[in-house]
Amino acid sequence: MESGKTLAARTPNKPGRRGPGWITLRAPIPARVYWGAGVAFLLGLLCFWAILTYSGAVDPLFLPTPTAVLQEAVQQIRTGVLWKDMSVSVYRVMVGWLLSTLIAIPLGALMGNFKFFEGLFEPFIDLVRYMPAVAFVPLSILWTGVGDGQKFLIIFIGTFFQQVLMVMDNVKTVPPELIRVASTLGRSDWETLREVIVPAALPGIVDTLRITLGWAWTYLVVAELVAAQTGLGFRIMQAQRFLATERIILGILVIGILGLICDLSFKLLYRWLFPYMRGRGA
Amino acid sequence: MSGLTYKLLARHARKVFPSGSGQIIAIEDMSLHVRPHELVSIVGTSGCGKSTFLNIVAGLIDLTSGELLVDDHPIDGPGLDRGMVFQAYTLFPWLNVQRNVEFALKKRPLSAAERAATARRFLKLVGLESFAQSYPVQLSGGMQQRVAIARALAYDPSILLMDEPFGALDAQTRELMQELLLQIWETSGTTILFITHDIDEAIFLSDRIYVMTARPGRIKAEVAVTLPRPRSYEMLTEPVFVDIKRRILSLIREESLRSIALTEHVESLT
Repeated sequence: MESGKTLAARTPNKPGRRGPGWITLRAPIPARVYWGAGVAFLLGLLCFWAILTYSGAVDPLFLPTPTAVLQEAVQQIRTGVLWKDMSVSVYRVMVGWLLSTLIAIPLGALMGNFKFFEGLFEPFIDLVRYMPAVAFVPLSILWTGVGDGQKFLIIFIGTFFQQVLMVMDNVKTVPPELIRVASTLGRSDWETLREVIVPAALPGIVDTLRITLGWAWTYLVVAELVAAQTGLGFRIMQAQRFLATERIILGILVIGILGLICDLSFKLLYRWLFPYMRGRGA
Repeated sequence: MSGLTYKLLARHARKVFPSGSGQIIAIEDMSLHVRPHELVSIVGTSGCGKSTFLNIVAGLIDLTSGELLVDDHPIDGPGLDRGMVFQAYTLFPWLNVQRNVEFALKKRPLSAAERAATARRFLKLVGLESFAQSYPVQLSGGMQQRVAIARALAYDPSILLMDEPFGALDAQTRELMQELLLQIWETSGTTILFITHDIDEAIFLSDRIYVMTARPGRIKAEVAVTLPRPRSYEMLTEPVFVDIKRRILSLIREESLRSIALTEHVESLT
């Protein structure tokens, strides 16, 4: 953000060209324009939605008014349903994603560092990762019943097989020069792994965690598709039966906002953990 | 140590890489030596195996056959008796400059305070003591290479190996770095084996220059640089310098032509 501001002062404008130059090829823009544009677009979308619905141009069955969604929110907050759904969904996403992460990081590190383990696991992982997570719903019920275990399993299946390959890649892209210099500085293989490869791969891994947590959220509805009594995904599926469009939209919005909060938290964590990465396009 | 005739001695060094069904001879019958406190360069066309040779000396690649001694001991893997500076930037981005240099010292029996003091001393030697707390990302390429030199010298290796360390720098920075390297070499009394394809650089820095043949790499000629020390940039236009340069250029040109002819020959066969 800081660099955006300072660089803006010398935005390369072609000679003789006037104006703010916000749309110049690969040129930085002021931070306030950057964020302002994003907020303005969202507000514009909201206005568009309001005009479409308040004018009666669209049947409320297909698209309810913002007020109807807001009323639904107020009512769900008052009865405590929203809070309960949110907490149970956050719990499911977090456990499913954490299980995946706890296995993906060591396994990915193993595969990225030792060709043998890459050869051993990659064909299997490549096979499974093309299988849609939804297709595992019947099996997951058969294997783990209808409790939270089944929800964790679906989120795990949706997340893990991509995550482990991304972690492997994070480890593999550690510059080989860093590894060679470590051995000229007297480090054994094990020391190189601990003192060089791990810290060098860490920023990439944290970024992978951020991205895959987002994916875990997208598998929530799939996980709560059947055999759920609570949760944001369940609420959406249930609302479909009653054609309660405002409830569907509220559920989708809440998932979106929770996902955004997770993402921002990870970005802050990244900045805090890796201050030395600033200026490397991070 | 003082009784040693050679810091580095290579005799009939040979390296063969497997390649598909056949093999590539990277270097063959390579014999050379570096005496204590000498600065010796190896020049050659690109792909002649000079970097391979240096990596073998560093212990990063195994020798196929022949003999390679550092301080009269055969090389067995990487070791702290040799310091290496690569062409690529190899500072650890998560450590500040001070701790990058200290990283090299962790394998020495030093207290934390001694480690810090030694690191500071070598940062001062390369003129970067005021950047001790900076991170590599905040430094220019030339500054990063200066830290890399400080890091490689700090643990007091017997010989410093440099693999085109200024190859990625712009021409002006490169000249300043060459002068700085000579200064460091003179004050620290270290021994340096320097790889480059820049003939001016080799002549300006070295006591002696080995010219390599194109693949497979062999020593084609040894050229003594008779320019007096300390060296200065005015010498680049002196007749002695120009004579040496002309000699090396013609040696390398022969090799370039030979390597092109070889490639064309191979292509005509396929």
